Amino acid sequence: MAKRSNKTTIEAAPEAARNSPMDKKVMQDLLYQMLLIRRFEEKAAEMYAQGKIGGFLHLAVGMEASCVGAISVLRPDDYVIGGYREHGHCLARGSDPRLAMAELFGRIDGLSKGKGGSMHFFDKERNFLGGTGIVGGQLPIGTGAGFAINYRGGDQVCLCFFGDGSVAQGVFHESLNMAALWKLPVIYICENNLYAMGTALSRTQSVTDIYKKAEAYGMPGEQVDGMDVLAVREAVGKAVERARREKIPTLIETRTYRFRGHSMRDPAAAVYRTREEVDEWKKSDPIVLLWDRMSRDGIVTDAEYKGMDKEINQVIEEAVRFADASPEPPLEELLTDVYV
Amino acid sequence: MAIITYREALNQALREEMRRDPRVFLIGEEVGVYQGAYKVSQNLLEEFGPKRVVDTPISEAGFVGVGIGAAMVGLRPVVEMMTFNFAIVALDQIVNHAAKILYMSGGQFKVPMVIRGPGGPAVQLAAQHSQSMESYFYHVPGLKVVRPSTPRDAKGLLKSAIRDDNPVIFIESETLYGTKGEVPDEEYTIPLGVAEVKREGTDVTVIGYMGMLHRALDVAQDLEKEGISIEVVDPRTLRPMDKTTILDSVKKTHRAVVLEAGAGFAGLGAEIATIISEEAFDYLDSPVVRVTGANAPMPYARNLERAKSPDKTRIIAGIKQALAL
Repeated sequence: MAKRSNKTTIEAAPEAARNSPMDKKVMQDLLYQMLLIRRFEEKAAEMYAQGKIGGFLHLAVGMEASCVGAISVLRPDDYVIGGYREHGHCLARGSDPRLAMAELFGRIDGLSKGKGGSMHFFDKERNFLGGTGIVGGQLPIGTGAGFAINYRGGDQVCLCFFGDGSVAQGVFHESLNMAALWKLPVIYICENNLYAMGTALSRTQSVTDIYKKAEAYGMPGEQVDGMDVLAVREAVGKAVERARREKIPTLIETRTYRFRGHSMRDPAAAVYRTREEVDEWKKSDPIVLLWDRMSRDGIVTDAEYKGMDKEINQVIEEAVRFADASPEPPLEELLTDVYV
Repeated sequence: MAIITYREALNQALREEMRRDPRVFLIGEEVGVYQGAYKVSQNLLEEFGPKRVVDTPISEAGFVGVGIGAAMVGLRPVVEMMTFNFAIVALDQIVNHAAKILYMSGGQFKVPMVIRGPGGPAVQLAAQHSQSMESYFYHVPGLKVVRPSTPRDAKGLLKSAIRDDNPVIFIESETLYGTKGEVPDEEYTIPLGVAEVKREGTDVTVIGYMGMLHRALDVAQDLEKEGISIEVVDPRTLRPMDKTTILDSVKKTHRAVVLEAGAGFAGLGAEIATIISEEAFDYLDSPVVRVTGANAPMPYARNLERAKSPDKTRIIAGIKQALAL
């Protein structure tokens, strides 16, 4: 089985920071976010089965630590862009779960007025730039957001998320090259769940440690345990500071795993990976890992956790009610937003 | 009015718009230090500096994507394609991203960018560097497509394209860069989506742009001697297309010939011919005639290259067919 983490030779994160006392509120927020995303996606799967949601639905159950940990270090004026498995990134950015669910339902109150669907979440208020269904398509666009930050003389950053499949695309290499060349404040976060759809990492990449590709572009690269939200937060936090202050881009590889199939049309995910492998990774469930740690450190009691879960379930139920009640887009929406 | 080259007209448009709006920047291969592969960006680096005149690696998909991202967050990029043949490398970014982000985001993110550079038949550049690329783009909802045929149009339309809030594909021509024409001295723009009658006539409407337009104007002059009066319409913008100007002309002349440099199958000529037959059928005295490039890649050999694109002889034959002469 592939390793969960590996520190870079270019710049290693100090272990000490991970063992330092973490602000209780921060940890509770991280737990809340991950649980919210988990419950949102579980509910989405249920709604898909009921026919409320159609098309492609790519869930990231098991991968929540990566987006939550990374986005937790951002300022509101920073930018985030993702691919087609981006529900979590959008929710972690603070988007309203009701609008997100309405988007999945294809309703007018959805984030994109029901015209984007699962693969095209956008939220301008939160500088969330999408939402693309073309593997790797977001890499140069996120790079462009970084370009614009420098052009305007700002100190924001852009987090650009993608999967291990994107690394095989030309635009991955073009983007990292330009970002390093032009010193753009972009943090490239490869959420390596070990499968490009159904093809194992070892069958798609000649070098399976993705973070090592940073060296070819002269930027720092780091591999981090993508099931450990605190480790992700720490690694991305450092990269964000470096990007803000020194305009140095970073490639971060979060080693993670999706517990479900590539999409709802791959429910068993059994053709290309074994039950044993999935079960082994489920022992590293990022929510359980954080919860265990918090309860061990006395930061959260079982009762508090159950209370949080209950509150989240109410939020999700309300999101479903909201989405269900929202009308379908009126027919004139067919021809609006084609041009400004 | 000053008489300047098509190249100078484009250069003026870029310079004026960059002076007017600090959000406008030029990015592409060889636009800066090299002064542009075709010198359209001559001296812009000197005036605006490397922040706003950005040389890139040879990464078309990459720097088009950079333009899209920058446009989404408030800048107004002008992306130069050294030639539009290379835009195919960036087709995913143009078609799947630039054209669709406004729609997919439910109107939240606009992408105000221009992708410009030369395209169309050139001279002995063979199959990959000498082809009409507009058909790859005008089929796509969300893109505007401009093909300016004169220095005056080039300047006025480029300024409008830069000010437009949509992604605009602006395809120039290697063979026209050196051509000269009158350009107003004062500030002006030409709106996108408005065709122009380049020559008035009464017997037949000939529709064409770029090299085909100039050939049509030549032919019109020749045929005037035979007593044939030709009206020449230049669509200027291919998407959105100004149907009214075309239809008004056809309703006047009752006959139409559509010229097209590219391969004819499923080309713009088919679209224009359909528009005319759907919306002005009752006015037609004869079927719409298409005169198009051969359905073959562009050959290198001089004689074959000449045969690939419609020449004056074929255009005249097409006109006489429409006139049933």
